[in-house]
Amino acid sequence: MLEIKDLHVAVSGKEILKGLTLSIGSGEAHAIMGPNGSGKSTLSYVLAGRAGYEITSGSIRYRGEDLTALAPEERAAKGIFLAMQYPVEIPGVTTLTFLKTALNAQRRARGESELDAVSVLKLVRAKAAELKVPEDMLRRALNVGFSGGEKKRLEILQMALFEPKLAILDETDSGLDIDALKLVAEGVNALRTPDRAMLVITHYQRLLNYIVPDKVHVLSRGRIVKEGGKELALELEARGYEEIVKDAA
Amino acid sequence: MAAIETREKVAALGEKYKYGFVTDIEMERAPKGLNEDTVRFISGRKDEPAWMLDWRLGAFRRWVEMREPTWARVRYPKIDYQNAYYYAAPKRTPQKQSLEEVDPKLLETYNKLGIPLSEQKLLAGVAVDAVFDSVSVATTFKQKLNEAGVIFCPISEAIRDHADLVRKYLGSVVPVTDNFFATLNSAVFSDGTFVYVPKGVRCPMELSTYFRINASETGQFERTLIIADEGSYVSYLEGCTAPKRDENQLHAAVVELVALDGAEIKYSTVQNWYPGDENGLGGIYNFVTKRGDCRGRDSKISWTQVETGSAITWKYPSCILRGENSVGEFYSIAIANHFQQADTGTKMLHLGRNTRSRIISKGISAGRAQNTYRGLVSVHAKAANARNYTQCDSLLIGHECGAHTVPYIESRNSTARVEHEATTSKIADDQLFYCLQRGIGQEEAVALIVNGFCKEVLQQLPMEFAVEAQKLVGISLEGSVG
Repeated sequence: MLEIKDLHVAVSGKEILKGLTLSIGSGEAHAIMGPNGSGKSTLSYVLAGRAGYEITSGSIRYRGEDLTALAPEERAAKGIFLAMQYPVEIPGVTTLTFLKTALNAQRRARGESELDAVSVLKLVRAKAAELKVPEDMLRRALNVGFSGGEKKRLEILQMALFEPKLAILDETDSGLDIDALKLVAEGVNALRTPDRAMLVITHYQRLLNYIVPDKVHVLSRGRIVKEGGKELALELEARGYEEIVKDAA
Repeated sequence: MAAIETREKVAALGEKYKYGFVTDIEMERAPKGLNEDTVRFISGRKDEPAWMLDWRLGAFRRWVEMREPTWARVRYPKIDYQNAYYYAAPKRTPQKQSLEEVDPKLLETYNKLGIPLSEQKLLAGVAVDAVFDSVSVATTFKQKLNEAGVIFCPISEAIRDHADLVRKYLGSVVPVTDNFFATLNSAVFSDGTFVYVPKGVRCPMELSTYFRINASETGQFERTLIIADEGSYVSYLEGCTAPKRDENQLHAAVVELVALDGAEIKYSTVQNWYPGDENGLGGIYNFVTKRGDCRGRDSKISWTQVETGSAITWKYPSCILRGENSVGEFYSIAIANHFQQADTGTKMLHLGRNTRSRIISKGISAGRAQNTYRGLVSVHAKAANARNYTQCDSLLIGHECGAHTVPYIESRNSTARVEHEATTSKIADDQLFYCLQRGIGQEEAVALIVNGFCKEVLQQLPMEFAVEAQKLVGISLEGSVG
């Protein structure tokens, strides 16, 4: 599904990722953990194709294709979804309008027919009910005045709606209470099928109690310094990043 | 190689102004230049009565003494008023036309513009008066309007058939000597629209005029006069397009609205004159005077404008709030891309007691465009309890454009309350990235964000035009990012 080899990435001339190698197969869920400033968010932005994140060397292949050759919106249409740490507000654009525009843009790019307003509404309502997203949120301007939890739930709603092949969750657990966390995790788990993959970026082990990863990678100073199974997350929680990183070095 | 690529890119961009075609049609023109004979020529072609010719000549003589205003934040080379045609008309225009008599080529033009003049429009409930260069070519749905007693016709026809009304109201809101461009218009206006809605009548359909400049080197000077008699209501929409030409063309219109006791006029404009190319070549110079007079008590005039076209826009649709409890509104979207310059806003003159006004202005600048909001809220001594609320929001796209807000507020009555809010923002990188990540391409993302920014104004437009306007917002900003 995803094959990252010796990836070096610079932002404004400063190298953030320094030779990152990572491979995720279909049906797998991987977690990336690491301290602040280790390059976690940079990795998520590079995968999504954000401008300003310059790949200086290395490669990223996604489903057999050179990912770096694709524009961000093409990546989205081909099934890459990034649930963002800080979802942005777009005043005056209702959530429903945004979802319809995005869904149809992706469908158009894939050569599928566009859905009319009624079909989109039906689809969105069904997903919203599962994730307990209240109807009035759909009619409000996108993320404007939403609480932290509401914003994160809306990210997961979008993930459920777009049915991506590779979902990247960047600190989705931050700002969530335990009930919201469970709800979000259920949404994510519902999408765990053999033809999809997940990359869960998180600070804390807590989220991984609900989204159980096949593999855990520890990121430090732009490199993966340690890898293991789900028990590595527990070890990190118990001993702290500093010690684990020191061990690895 | 690079040159070819650039040329191709420019050509592709040019495609974006889809109204840029020229209709090949035989034209009759007045001789080039402007003098008293030109004025007489125009008046003669229209079979105007003597009083109208005198009015025009009076205006012309004043105009010769006047100077072009220079206070607006727009720059353009000196206009040579003698190097233009002041009258151009398709050759075959008999005096009274039914739709069947109209040149089929003209009808085809209107079809291309998406405004079929046929009875299909009846279903949409829109009556259209179409002004092609200088003459009004067809007015649809006369019958239905006649039944309601509404007069909706070319102003040239009204001058002949409804002289009493025209004489009473023409120039009563925008005086002949109001300003350089209005005075010029008074001398040489060629056609335009006249509307009269009688007492207590709610106009049964949206009225609409479509203006198009087709001939080259031709100025267009329409004159619109709308009178809403006591307790009546009318909603009116104008749309404008022009072919692409390398030269600049002058458009100097005057619109006068009169609302008597308890009457309401809603006037909406979607202005999409050719804006010039991305290097600033060509485009329409749009110098327009629009003013409404809330002459009666409890009257209301509401202006909504979507200004996306023209190389230069100089336009301040205003309200004179004379009647007690009268209400004036101004909702505006002004988009300037590439080298466009817009200096637009409104004047709200509170003369009567308990008068209220509301101004919502959304300015969007992209490319190297300059966009200025210029507004005046003036509360006179007798306007006790006058209220105004003004909100001016500017959105910048890119680093080379400018947004300017120039509000003037004068109050001579201590009971007045005037509020002004202004914001300036940019389309943030993270907003754009968020849209891209969800699969929405750059141009669609910009259109989406800008439409959100303009929402309060778009909501004021009649439904079917709101959809058109939303698309236009997207088209006008193509090529503004990236």
